[in-house]
Amino acid sequence: MPTQRQIRTIGKPAVFLLASLPLLWLAARIAGYGESLGPNPIETVQDELGGWGLRFLLITLAVTPLRQLLRWPWLTQFRRMLGLFAFTYCGLHFLNYALLDQSLEWSAIIEDVAERPFITVGFTAVLLMTPLAITSTAGWRRRLGRRWQTLHYLVYPIAILGCWHFWWQVKKDLREPLIYAAILAVLLGYRLWRRYRPTAAAAAAGS
Amino acid sequence: MLIRHRHSIRPSEITPEKVFRNRRQLLRDAGLAGSGLFLAAGCAAEDDSPELRKLDVKRGSPFSTDESPNSFEDIISYNNFYEFGLDKSDPARHAGKFKPKPWTVTVAGEAAKTGTFDFDDIVGPHDIEERVYRFRCVEAWSMVIPWNGIPLGDMLKRFEPTSKAKYVAFETVVRPEEMPGQRRRVLDFPYVEGLTIEEAMHPLTLMAIGVYGVELPNQNGAPIRLVVPWKYGFKSIKSIVKITFTEQEPPTTWNLAAPREYGFYANVNPEVDHPRWSQARERRIGGGFFDEKQPTLMLNGYGEQVASLYEGLDLRKFY
Repeated sequence: MPTQRQIRTIGKPAVFLLASLPLLWLAARIAGYGESLGPNPIETVQDELGGWGLRFLLITLAVTPLRQLLRWPWLTQFRRMLGLFAFTYCGLHFLNYALLDQSLEWSAIIEDVAERPFITVGFTAVLLMTPLAITSTAGWRRRLGRRWQTLHYLVYPIAILGCWHFWWQVKKDLREPLIYAAILAVLLGYRLWRRYRPTAAAAAAGS
Repeated sequence: MLIRHRHSIRPSEITPEKVFRNRRQLLRDAGLAGSGLFLAAGCAAEDDSPELRKLDVKRGSPFSTDESPNSFEDIISYNNFYEFGLDKSDPARHAGKFKPKPWTVTVAGEAAKTGTFDFDDIVGPHDIEERVYRFRCVEAWSMVIPWNGIPLGDMLKRFEPTSKAKYVAFETVVRPEEMPGQRRRVLDFPYVEGLTIEEAMHPLTLMAIGVYGVELPNQNGAPIRLVVPWKYGFKSIKSIVKITFTEQEPPTTWNLAAPREYGFYANVNPEVDHPRWSQARERRIGGGFFDEKQPTLMLNGYGEQVASLYEGLDLRKFY
Protein backbone atom coordinates (compact mmCIF):
# COMPACT_ATOMS: atom_id res chain seq x y z
CA MET A 1 0.00 0.00 0.00
CA PRO A 2 1.40 3.39 -0.97
CA THR A 3 2.19 5.80 1.82
CA GLN A 4 0.39 9.11 2.16
CA ARG A 5 3.59 10.78 1.07
CA GLN A 6 3.89 8.67 -2.07
CA ILE A 7 0.30 9.43 -3.01
CA ARG A 8 0.86 13.14 -2.54
CA THR A 9 4.26 13.47 -4.20
CA ILE A 10 4.06 10.85 -6.93
CA GLY A 11 0.53 9.47 -7.32
CA LYS A 12 -1.42 12.68 -7.60
CA PRO A 13 0.97 14.56 -9.91
CA ALA A 14 1.16 11.46 -12.12
CA VAL A 15 -2.64 11.11 -12.35
CA PHE A 16 -2.97 14.83 -12.95
CA LEU A 17 -0.48 14.69 -15.80
CA LEU A 18 -2.10 11.62 -17.35
CA ALA A 19 -5.56 13.13 -17.14
CA SER A 20 -4.28 16.34 -18.73
CA LEU A 21 -2.72 14.54 -21.69
CA PRO A 22 -5.87 14.49 -23.87
CA LEU A 23 -6.27 18.22 -23.32
CA LEU A 24 -2.60 18.93 -24.03
CA TRP A 25 -2.74 16.77 -27.14
CA LEU A 26 -5.83 18.62 -28.32
CA ALA A 27 -4.17 21.97 -27.63
CA ALA A 28 -1.16 20.87 -29.67
CA ARG A 29 -3.41 19.87 -32.56
CA ILE A 30 -5.20 23.23 -32.39
CA ALA A 31 -1.81 24.93 -32.54
CA GLY A 32 -1.03 22.94 -35.67
CA TYR A 33 1.20 20.17 -34.28
CA GLY A 34 0.49 16.47 -34.63
CA GLU A 35 -2.55 14.99 -36.26
CA SER A 36 -4.62 17.52 -38.20
CA LEU A 37 -8.03 18.44 -36.83
CA GLY A 38 -9.39 17.99 -40.35
CA PRO A 39 -11.65 20.16 -42.47
CA ASN A 40 -14.14 20.75 -39.63
CA PRO A 41 -11.89 21.52 -36.62
CA ILE A 42 -14.71 22.79 -34.39
CA GLU A 43 -16.54 19.49 -34.75
CA THR A 44 -13.37 17.49 -34.06
CA VAL A 45 -12.67 19.49 -30.89
CA GLN A 46 -16.31 19.12 -29.84
CA ASP A 47 -16.23 15.34 -30.24
CA GLU A 48 -12.86 14.97 -28.52
CA LEU A 49 -13.87 17.04 -25.48
CA GLY A 50 -17.24 15.31 -25.15
CA GLY A 51 -15.67 11.89 -25.45
CA TRP A 52 -13.11 12.60 -22.75
CA GLY A 53 -15.75 14.15 -20.50
CA LEU A 54 -17.77 10.97 -20.65
CA ARG A 55 -14.71 8.76 -20.20
CA PHE A 56 -13.64 10.64 -17.07
CA LEU A 57 -17.16 10.44 -15.68
CA LEU A 58 -17.03 6.67 -16.01
CA ILE A 59 -13.47 6.50 -14.64
CA THR A 60 -14.61 8.52 -11.61
CA LEU A 61 -17.51 6.14 -11.06
CA ALA A 62 -15.13 3.19 -11.31
CA VAL A 63 -13.06 4.35 -8.33
CA THR A 64 -15.36 3.02 -5.61
CA PRO A 65 -15.98 -0.44 -7.14
CA LEU A 66 -12.24 -0.87 -7.80
CA ARG A 67 -11.37 0.27 -4.29
CA GLN A 68 -13.76 -2.27 -2.81
CA LEU A 69 -12.97 -5.17 -5.10
CA LEU A 70 -9.19 -4.72 -4.98
CA ARG A 71 -9.19 -3.60 -1.35
CA TRP A 72 -7.25 -0.48 -2.23
CA PRO A 73 -8.72 2.11 0.15
CA TRP A 74 -6.20 4.76 -0.97
CA LEU A 75 -7.82 4.86 -4.42
CA THR A 76 -10.53 7.17 -3.07
CA GLN A 77 -7.98 9.93 -2.79
CA PHE A 78 -7.92 10.25 -6.58
CA ARG A 79 -11.67 10.48 -6.96
CA ARG A 80 -12.07 14.23 -6.59
CA MET A 81 -9.33 14.97 -9.10
CA LEU A 82 -10.84 12.59 -11.65
CA GLY A 83 -14.29 14.07 -11.12
CA LEU A 84 -12.93 17.56 -11.63
CA PHE A 85 -11.31 16.44 -14.87
CA ALA A 86 -14.67 15.07 -16.00
CA PHE A 87 -16.20 18.47 -15.24
CA THR A 88 -13.37 20.27 -17.03
CA TYR A 89 -13.75 18.26 -20.23
CA CYS A 90 -17.55 18.47 -20.18
CA GLY A 91 -17.44 22.19 -19.41
CA LEU A 92 -14.99 22.86 -22.26
CA HIS A 93 -17.23 20.73 -24.49
CA PHE A 94 -20.10 23.11 -23.70
CA LEU A 95 -17.92 26.22 -24.05
CA ASN A 96 -16.65 25.06 -27.45
CA TYR A 97 -20.26 24.57 -28.51
CA ALA A 98 -21.41 27.98 -27.26
CA LEU A 99 -18.36 30.05 -28.22
CA LEU A 100 -17.02 28.53 -31.42
CA ASP A 101 -19.83 26.43 -32.86
CA GLN A 102 -22.65 28.87 -32.12
CA SER A 103 -20.49 32.05 -31.91
CA LEU A 104 -22.41 32.97 -28.74
CA GLU A 105 -25.63 33.49 -30.62
CA TRP A 106 -27.88 33.18 -27.62
CA SER A 107 -31.17 32.83 -29.45
CA ALA A 108 -29.80 29.79 -31.29
CA ILE A 109 -28.29 28.32 -28.12
CA ILE A 110 -31.50 28.76 -26.15
CA GLU A 111 -33.52 27.23 -28.98
CA ASP A 112 -31.12 24.29 -29.14
CA VAL A 113 -31.24 23.68 -25.39
CA ALA A 114 -35.03 24.04 -25.28
CA GLU A 115 -35.99 22.13 -28.40
CA ARG A 116 -33.33 19.56 -29.24
CA PRO A 117 -33.62 16.74 -26.74
CA PHE A 118 -30.01 15.57 -27.03
CA ILE A 119 -28.76 19.08 -26.32
CA THR A 120 -31.25 19.52 -23.47
CA VAL A 121 -29.94 16.32 -21.94
CA GLY A 122 -26.28 17.26 -22.35
CA PHE A 123 -26.80 20.78 -21.09
CA THR A 124 -28.61 19.48 -18.00
CA ALA A 125 -25.69 17.18 -17.26
CA VAL A 126 -23.14 20.02 -17.39
CA LEU A 127 -25.45 22.20 -15.31
CA LEU A 128 -25.78 19.51 -12.63
CA MET A 129 -22.03 18.95 -12.57
CA THR A 130 -21.34 22.57 -11.68
CA PRO A 131 -22.46 22.49 -8.01
CA LEU A 132 -20.55 19.24 -7.56
CA ALA A 133 -17.36 20.88 -8.81
CA ILE A 134 -17.89 23.92 -6.61
CA THR A 135 -18.54 21.85 -3.47
CA SER A 136 -15.65 19.49 -4.10
CA THR A 137 -13.35 21.33 -1.69
CA ALA A 138 -12.69 20.12 1.86
CA GLY A 139 -14.23 23.31 3.19
CA TRP A 140 -17.55 22.75 1.42
CA ARG A 141 -17.54 19.14 2.39
CA ARG A 142 -17.23 20.09 6.06
CA ARG A 143 -19.83 22.83 5.82
CA LEU A 144 -22.42 20.61 4.13
CA GLY A 145 -21.86 17.67 6.43
CA ARG A 146 -24.16 14.76 5.59
CA ARG A 147 -25.89 16.77 2.89
CA TRP A 148 -22.62 16.74 0.92
CA GLN A 149 -22.96 13.03 0.20
CA THR A 150 -26.62 13.44 -0.76
CA LEU A 151 -25.70 16.24 -3.17
CA HIS A 152 -22.92 14.23 -4.73
CA TYR A 153 -25.22 11.30 -5.48
CA LEU A 154 -26.12 13.59 -8.41
CA VAL A 155 -23.16 12.05 -10.21
CA TYR A 156 -25.34 9.00 -11.02
CA PRO A 157 -28.05 10.90 -12.96
CA ILE A 158 -25.30 13.03 -14.52
CA ALA A 159 -23.56 9.95 -15.93
CA ILE A 160 -26.86 8.58 -17.20
CA LEU A 161 -27.60 11.91 -18.91
CA GLY A 162 -24.11 11.89 -20.44
CA CYS A 163 -24.55 8.46 -22.01
CA TRP A 164 -28.05 9.40 -23.13
CA HIS A 165 -26.76 12.61 -24.76
CA PHE A 166 -24.18 10.62 -26.71
CA TRP A 167 -26.75 8.01 -27.71
CA TRP A 168 -29.16 10.58 -29.13
CA GLN A 169 -26.44 12.56 -30.87
CA VAL A 170 -25.24 9.68 -33.02
CA LYS A 171 -26.71 9.54 -36.52
CA LYS A 172 -26.79 5.83 -37.08
CA ASP A 173 -24.06 3.69 -35.59
CA LEU A 174 -24.93 3.04 -31.96
CA ARG A 175 -21.94 0.81 -31.22
CA GLU A 176 -19.87 3.39 -29.40
CA PRO A 177 -22.70 4.84 -27.28
CA LEU A 178 -23.67 1.26 -26.43
CA ILE A 179 -20.19 0.55 -25.06
CA TYR A 180 -20.36 3.59 -22.76
CA ALA A 181 -23.89 2.71 -21.68
CA ALA A 182 -22.85 -0.88 -20.94
CA ILE A 183 -19.91 0.25 -18.78
CA LEU A 184 -22.18 2.63 -16.90
CA ALA A 185 -24.72 -0.16 -16.40
CA VAL A 186 -22.01 -2.34 -14.85
CA LEU A 187 -20.81 0.47 -12.58
CA LEU A 188 -24.31 1.32 -11.38
CA GLY A 189 -25.39 -2.33 -11.26
CA TYR A 190 -22.46 -3.12 -8.98
CA ARG A 191 -23.66 -0.46 -6.54
CA LEU A 192 -27.20 -1.79 -6.55
CA TRP A 193 -25.89 -5.28 -5.98
CA ARG A 194 -23.74 -4.10 -3.04
CA ARG A 195 -26.69 -2.37 -1.52
CA TYR A 196 -29.31 -5.07 -1.87
CA ARG A 197 -27.33 -8.30 -1.82
CA PRO A 198 -28.18 -10.57 1.09
CA THR A 199 -25.50 -10.01 3.75
CA ALA A 200 -23.72 -12.94 5.32
CA ALA A 201 -25.63 -12.38 8.58
CA ALA A 202 -29.00 -12.25 6.86
CA ALA A 203 -28.19 -15.38 4.88
CA ALA A 204 -27.21 -17.20 8.09
CA ALA A 205 -30.38 -16.05 9.87
CA GLY A 206 -32.47 -17.29 6.98
CA SER A 207 -31.06 -20.80 6.92
CA MET B 1 -4.00 26.88 -40.85
CA LEU B 2 -5.65 27.94 -37.62
CA ILE B 3 -7.40 31.08 -38.79
CA ARG B 4 -8.00 30.35 -42.42
CA HIS B 5 -10.80 32.23 -44.05
CA ARG B 6 -12.28 30.68 -47.14
CA HIS B 7 -12.73 34.14 -48.59
CA SER B 8 -8.99 34.54 -48.64
CA ILE B 9 -8.80 31.81 -51.30
CA ARG B 10 -9.33 33.44 -54.67
CA PRO B 11 -10.37 31.31 -57.64
CA SER B 12 -6.95 31.93 -59.14
CA GLU B 13 -5.39 30.25 -56.13
CA ILE B 14 -7.31 27.02 -56.51
CA THR B 15 -5.03 24.02 -56.38
CA PRO B 16 -3.33 23.92 -59.77
CA GLU B 17 -4.35 20.98 -61.87
CA LYS B 18 -0.86 19.62 -62.25
CA VAL B 19 -0.95 18.87 -58.55
CA PHE B 20 -3.71 16.33 -59.16
CA ARG B 21 -1.59 14.46 -61.64
CA ASN B 22 0.44 12.87 -58.96
CA ARG B 23 -1.57 11.08 -56.34
CA ARG B 24 1.28 10.68 -53.92
CA GLN B 25 2.13 14.35 -54.10
CA LEU B 26 -1.53 15.11 -53.59
CA LEU B 27 -1.73 13.11 -50.41
CA ARG B 28 1.35 14.83 -49.07
CA ASP B 29 -0.06 18.23 -49.91
CA ALA B 30 -3.28 17.37 -48.19
CA GLY B 31 -1.23 16.97 -45.04
CA LEU B 32 -2.81 13.62 -44.44
CA ALA B 33 0.07 11.39 -45.27
CA GLY B 34 1.54 12.23 -41.87
CA SER B 35 -0.91 10.01 -40.06
CA GLY B 36 0.26 6.44 -39.96
CA LEU B 37 -3.11 4.97 -40.77
CA PHE B 38 -3.55 7.06 -43.84
CA LEU B 39 -0.04 6.37 -44.97
CA ALA B 40 -0.69 2.66 -44.86
CA ALA B 41 -3.98 2.98 -46.71
CA GLY B 42 -2.42 5.46 -49.10
CA CYS B 43 0.37 3.11 -50.04
CA ALA B 44 -2.07 0.30 -50.66
CA ALA B 45 -4.11 2.68 -52.75
CA GLU B 46 -1.15 3.66 -54.82
CA ASP B 47 -0.36 0.13 -55.85
CA ASP B 48 -3.92 -0.53 -56.91
CA SER B 49 -5.22 2.62 -58.48
CA PRO B 50 -3.78 4.76 -61.23
CA GLU B 51 -3.51 8.51 -60.87
CA LEU B 52 -6.62 10.59 -61.44
CA ARG B 53 -7.05 11.31 -65.13
CA LYS B 54 -7.53 14.90 -66.20
CA LEU B 55 -10.86 15.74 -67.82
CA ASP B 56 -11.61 18.01 -70.73
CA VAL B 57 -14.11 20.35 -69.13
CA LYS B 58 -16.38 23.05 -70.51
CA ARG B 59 -16.43 25.93 -68.02
CA GLY B 60 -18.60 28.96 -67.44
CA SER B 61 -22.02 27.41 -66.78
CA PRO B 62 -24.65 30.01 -65.83
CA PHE B 63 -25.70 27.59 -63.07
CA SER B 64 -22.31 27.89 -61.34
CA THR B 65 -22.03 29.98 -58.20
CA ASP B 66 -19.25 32.53 -57.99
CA GLU B 67 -18.63 31.66 -54.33
CA SER B 68 -15.09 30.44 -53.64
CA PRO B 69 -14.91 26.67 -53.91
CA ASN B 70 -13.58 24.57 -51.06
CA SER B 71 -10.07 23.28 -51.48
CA PHE B 72 -9.57 19.94 -53.23
CA GLU B 73 -8.10 18.72 -49.93
CA ASP B 74 -11.31 19.51 -48.02
CA ILE B 75 -13.43 17.86 -50.69
CA ILE B 76 -11.46 14.61 -50.69
CA SER B 77 -10.91 14.30 -46.94
CA TYR B 78 -14.33 15.07 -45.41
CA ASN B 79 -16.88 12.65 -46.80
CA ASN B 80 -19.98 10.79 -45.74
CA PHE B 81 -19.73 7.52 -47.64
CA TYR B 82 -20.77 4.78 -45.22
CA GLU B 83 -19.64 2.09 -47.66
CA PHE B 84 -16.12 3.04 -46.55
CA GLY B 85 -16.79 3.68 -42.85
CA LEU B 86 -18.75 6.00 -40.61
CA ASP B 87 -16.21 8.69 -39.78
CA LYS B 88 -15.91 11.47 -42.29
CA SER B 89 -12.20 10.71 -42.52
CA ASP B 90 -12.85 7.00 -43.23
CA PRO B 91 -13.61 7.20 -46.96
CA ALA B 92 -10.26 8.91 -47.67
CA ARG B 93 -8.53 6.18 -45.62
CA HIS B 94 -10.37 3.13 -46.83
CA ALA B 95 -11.33 3.82 -50.44
CA GLY B 96 -7.90 2.96 -51.87
CA LYS B 97 -8.79 -0.63 -52.75
CA PHE B 98 -11.91 0.33 -54.67
CA LYS B 99 -11.70 -0.21 -58.43
CA PRO B 100 -13.87 2.18 -60.41
CA LYS B 101 -12.61 0.77 -63.71
CA PRO B 102 -13.95 -1.04 -65.60
CA TRP B 103 -17.50 0.09 -64.82
CA THR B 104 -20.94 -0.64 -66.19
CA VAL B 105 -24.32 0.87 -65.47
CA THR B 106 -27.51 -1.12 -65.87
CA VAL B 107 -30.54 0.81 -67.11
CA ALA B 108 -33.90 -0.81 -66.45
CA GLY B 109 -37.61 -0.17 -66.11
CA GLU B 110 -39.91 2.14 -68.04
CA ALA B 111 -37.65 3.05 -70.95
CA ALA B 112 -37.21 1.96 -74.56
CA LYS B 113 -33.47 1.41 -74.37
CA THR B 114 -32.55 -0.67 -71.40
CA GLY B 115 -29.60 -2.90 -70.75
CA THR B 116 -26.11 -2.81 -69.34
CA PHE B 117 -23.84 -0.11 -70.67
CA ASP B 118 -20.15 0.51 -70.43
CA PHE B 119 -19.10 3.67 -68.59
CA ASP B 120 -17.62 5.12 -71.78
CA ASP B 121 -20.80 4.42 -73.75
CA ILE B 122 -22.85 6.26 -71.14
CA VAL B 123 -20.56 9.24 -70.72
CA GLY B 124 -18.80 9.36 -74.10
CA PRO B 125 -21.41 11.14 -76.24
CA HIS B 126 -21.65 14.11 -73.85
CA ASP B 127 -19.65 17.23 -73.13
CA ILE B 128 -18.31 17.40 -69.61
CA GLU B 129 -19.41 20.60 -67.92
CA GLU B 130 -18.07 22.29 -64.84
CA ARG B 131 -20.78 23.15 -62.32
CA VAL B 132 -19.72 24.98 -59.18
CA TYR B 133 -22.51 24.11 -56.74
CA ARG B 134 -23.23 24.65 -53.10
CA PHE B 135 -23.40 21.27 -51.34
CA ARG B 136 -25.44 21.14 -48.13
CA CYS B 137 -25.27 18.06 -45.90
CA VAL B 138 -28.26 17.17 -43.72
CA GLU B 139 -25.79 17.34 -40.81
CA ALA B 140 -25.72 21.15 -41.20
CA TRP B 141 -22.36 21.60 -42.87
CA SER B 142 -21.73 22.72 -46.41
CA MET B 143 -19.11 23.16 -49.10
CA VAL B 144 -18.82 24.73 -52.53
CA ILE B 145 -17.70 22.11 -55.03
CA PRO B 146 -16.62 22.48 -58.68
CA TRP B 147 -18.16 19.30 -60.07
CA ASN B 148 -17.56 18.03 -63.58
CA GLY B 149 -20.34 16.09 -65.22
CA ILE B 150 -23.28 15.77 -67.54
CA PRO B 151 -26.78 17.12 -66.99
CA LEU B 152 -28.65 13.99 -65.89
CA GLY B 153 -31.62 14.82 -68.12
CA ASP B 154 -29.45 14.81 -71.26
CA MET B 155 -28.15 11.39 -70.31
CA LEU B 156 -31.54 9.93 -69.37
CA LYS B 157 -33.23 11.09 -72.59
CA ARG B 158 -30.98 8.76 -74.57
CA PHE B 159 -32.65 5.81 -72.88
CA GLU B 160 -36.05 7.07 -74.07
CA PRO B 161 -38.12 6.83 -70.89
CA THR B 162 -41.78 6.00 -71.51
CA SER B 163 -44.78 7.98 -70.28
CA LYS B 164 -44.98 5.58 -67.33
CA ALA B 165 -41.57 6.74 -66.06
CA LYS B 166 -42.63 8.94 -63.13
CA TYR B 167 -39.54 8.38 -60.99
CA VAL B 168 -35.90 7.46 -61.43
CA ALA B 169 -34.27 5.08 -58.95
CA PHE B 170 -30.52 4.79 -58.43
CA GLU B 171 -28.41 2.10 -56.81
CA THR B 172 -24.83 2.07 -55.48
CA VAL B 173 -22.47 -0.81 -56.17
CA VAL B 174 -22.09 -3.56 -53.54
CA ARG B 175 -18.51 -4.77 -53.14
CA PRO B 176 -17.88 -5.63 -49.50
CA GLU B 177 -14.39 -6.86 -50.40
CA GLU B 178 -13.46 -3.38 -51.66
CA MET B 179 -15.81 -1.38 -49.44
CA PRO B 180 -15.11 -2.25 -45.81
CA GLY B 181 -18.10 -0.29 -44.54
CA GLN B 182 -20.42 -2.67 -46.34
CA ARG B 183 -19.24 -5.58 -44.21
CA ARG B 184 -21.27 -4.13 -41.36
CA ARG B 185 -24.92 -3.61 -41.93
CA VAL B 186 -25.16 -0.08 -40.54
CA LEU B 187 -27.39 0.73 -43.48
CA ASP B 188 -29.32 -1.71 -45.62
CA PHE B 189 -26.92 -1.92 -48.58
CA PRO B 190 -27.09 -1.43 -51.52
CA TYR B 191 -27.63 2.29 -50.95
CA VAL B 192 -30.62 3.36 -53.02
CA GLU B 193 -31.94 6.78 -53.90
CA GLY B 194 -34.55 8.29 -56.17
CA LEU B 195 -35.92 11.42 -57.78
CA THR B 196 -39.15 12.34 -59.49
CA ILE B 197 -38.73 12.38 -63.25
CA GLU B 198 -39.16 16.19 -63.18
CA GLU B 199 -36.32 16.51 -60.67
CA ALA B 200 -34.14 14.13 -62.65
CA MET B 201 -34.75 16.04 -65.89
CA HIS B 202 -34.11 19.45 -64.32
CA PRO B 203 -31.07 21.13 -65.90
CA LEU B 204 -29.45 21.67 -62.47
CA THR B 205 -29.32 17.93 -61.76
CA LEU B 206 -25.91 16.60 -62.63
CA MET B 207 -24.38 13.19 -63.15
CA ALA B 208 -20.86 13.91 -61.96
CA ILE B 209 -17.78 12.03 -63.09
CA GLY B 210 -15.18 14.47 -61.84
CA VAL B 211 -14.27 17.31 -59.54
CA TYR B 212 -11.75 20.10 -60.02
CA GLY B 213 -11.05 18.94 -63.57
CA VAL B 214 -10.01 15.40 -62.68
CA GLU B 215 -12.02 12.19 -62.51
CA LEU B 216 -13.75 11.54 -59.18
CA PRO B 217 -11.55 10.21 -56.38
CA ASN B 218 -12.94 6.96 -54.95
CA GLN B 219 -14.08 8.62 -51.71
CA ASN B 220 -16.22 11.06 -53.67
CA GLY B 221 -18.24 8.37 -55.44
CA ALA B 222 -16.09 7.24 -58.37
CA PRO B 223 -16.66 6.78 -61.18
CA ILE B 224 -20.14 8.25 -61.47
CA ARG B 225 -22.43 9.90 -58.96
CA LEU B 226 -25.48 12.08 -58.71
CA VAL B 227 -25.39 15.76 -57.66
CA VAL B 228 -28.71 17.40 -56.78
CA PRO B 229 -27.63 20.75 -55.37
CA TRP B 230 -30.95 21.85 -53.85
CA LYS B 231 -31.32 18.65 -51.83
CA TYR B 232 -29.44 17.38 -48.79
CA GLY B 233 -26.26 15.57 -49.71
CA PHE B 234 -27.52 12.07 -48.98
CA LYS B 235 -29.74 12.29 -52.09
CA SER B 236 -26.61 12.60 -54.24
CA ILE B 237 -25.94 8.87 -54.43
CA LYS B 238 -22.42 7.70 -55.26
CA SER B 239 -20.79 4.96 -57.38
CA ILE B 240 -23.98 4.26 -59.34
CA VAL B 241 -24.41 0.86 -61.03
CA LYS B 242 -28.12 0.89 -61.73
CA ILE B 243 -30.69 3.39 -62.97
CA THR B 244 -34.33 2.31 -63.06
CA PHE B 245 -37.29 4.25 -64.44
CA THR B 246 -40.31 3.50 -62.26
CA GLU B 247 -43.96 4.36 -62.04
CA GLN B 248 -44.04 4.26 -58.22
CA GLU B 249 -41.93 6.28 -55.78
CA PRO B 250 -38.83 4.17 -55.18
CA PRO B 251 -37.55 3.36 -51.67
CA THR B 252 -34.59 5.45 -50.45
CA THR B 253 -31.97 4.28 -47.98
CA TRP B 254 -32.06 6.98 -45.29
CA ASN B 255 -35.83 7.12 -45.40
CA LEU B 256 -35.91 3.37 -44.74
CA ALA B 257 -33.36 3.75 -41.92
CA ALA B 258 -35.14 6.61 -40.12
CA PRO B 259 -38.41 7.66 -41.80
CA ARG B 260 -39.15 10.36 -39.23
CA GLU B 261 -35.80 12.04 -39.88
CA TYR B 262 -35.27 11.69 -43.63
CA GLY B 263 -37.95 12.05 -46.29
CA PHE B 264 -38.04 11.15 -49.97
CA TYR B 265 -37.77 14.77 -51.08
CA ALA B 266 -35.04 15.95 -48.65
CA ASN B 267 -35.06 19.46 -50.07
CA VAL B 268 -32.78 21.85 -48.22
CA ASN B 269 -35.15 23.86 -46.06
CA PRO B 270 -34.10 26.13 -43.19
CA GLU B 271 -37.67 26.17 -41.89
CA VAL B 272 -38.04 22.42 -41.45
CA ASP B 273 -35.65 21.24 -38.76
CA HIS B 274 -34.25 17.77 -38.46
CA PRO B 275 -35.94 16.24 -35.39
CA ARG B 276 -32.61 16.35 -33.56
CA TRP B 277 -30.95 19.51 -34.84
CA SER B 278 -31.67 22.85 -36.45
CA GLN B 279 -31.40 23.29 -40.20
CA ALA B 280 -31.55 27.09 -39.99
CA ARG B 281 -27.81 27.58 -40.24
CA GLU B 282 -24.86 25.68 -41.61
CA ARG B 283 -21.15 25.44 -41.03
CA ARG B 284 -19.21 26.16 -44.22
CA ILE B 285 -16.25 23.82 -44.19
CA GLY B 286 -12.84 25.46 -44.53
CA GLY B 287 -13.64 28.57 -42.52
CA GLY B 288 -11.45 27.64 -39.59
CA PHE B 289 -12.00 28.19 -35.89
CA PHE B 290 -13.65 31.58 -35.69
CA ASP B 291 -15.90 31.39 -38.70
CA GLU B 292 -19.57 31.82 -37.81
CA LYS B 293 -22.25 29.56 -39.16
CA GLN B 294 -24.14 31.04 -42.07
CA PRO B 295 -27.88 31.05 -42.69
CA THR B 296 -29.12 28.14 -44.78
CA LEU B 297 -30.98 29.24 -47.90
CA MET B 298 -34.33 27.85 -48.99
CA LEU B 299 -33.68 25.04 -51.51
CA ASN B 300 -30.00 25.76 -50.88
CA GLY B 301 -30.30 29.00 -52.83
CA TYR B 302 -31.64 27.30 -55.96
CA GLY B 303 -35.27 28.31 -55.36
CA GLU B 304 -35.40 30.49 -58.45
CA GLN B 305 -34.65 27.48 -60.61
CA VAL B 306 -36.50 24.68 -58.83
CA ALA B 307 -39.24 26.11 -56.59
CA SER B 308 -41.77 25.58 -59.39
CA LEU B 309 -41.23 21.82 -59.09
CA TYR B 310 -42.87 21.93 -55.65
CA GLU B 311 -45.80 24.26 -56.20
CA GLY B 312 -48.73 23.12 -54.13
CA LEU B 313 -46.61 20.64 -52.20
CA ASP B 314 -46.52 21.04 -48.40
CA LEU B 315 -42.77 20.94 -47.79
CA ARG B 316 -43.32 20.36 -44.07
CA LYS B 317 -45.18 17.18 -44.82
CA PHE B 318 -43.06 16.14 -47.79
CA TYR B 319 -39.68 16.82 -46.21
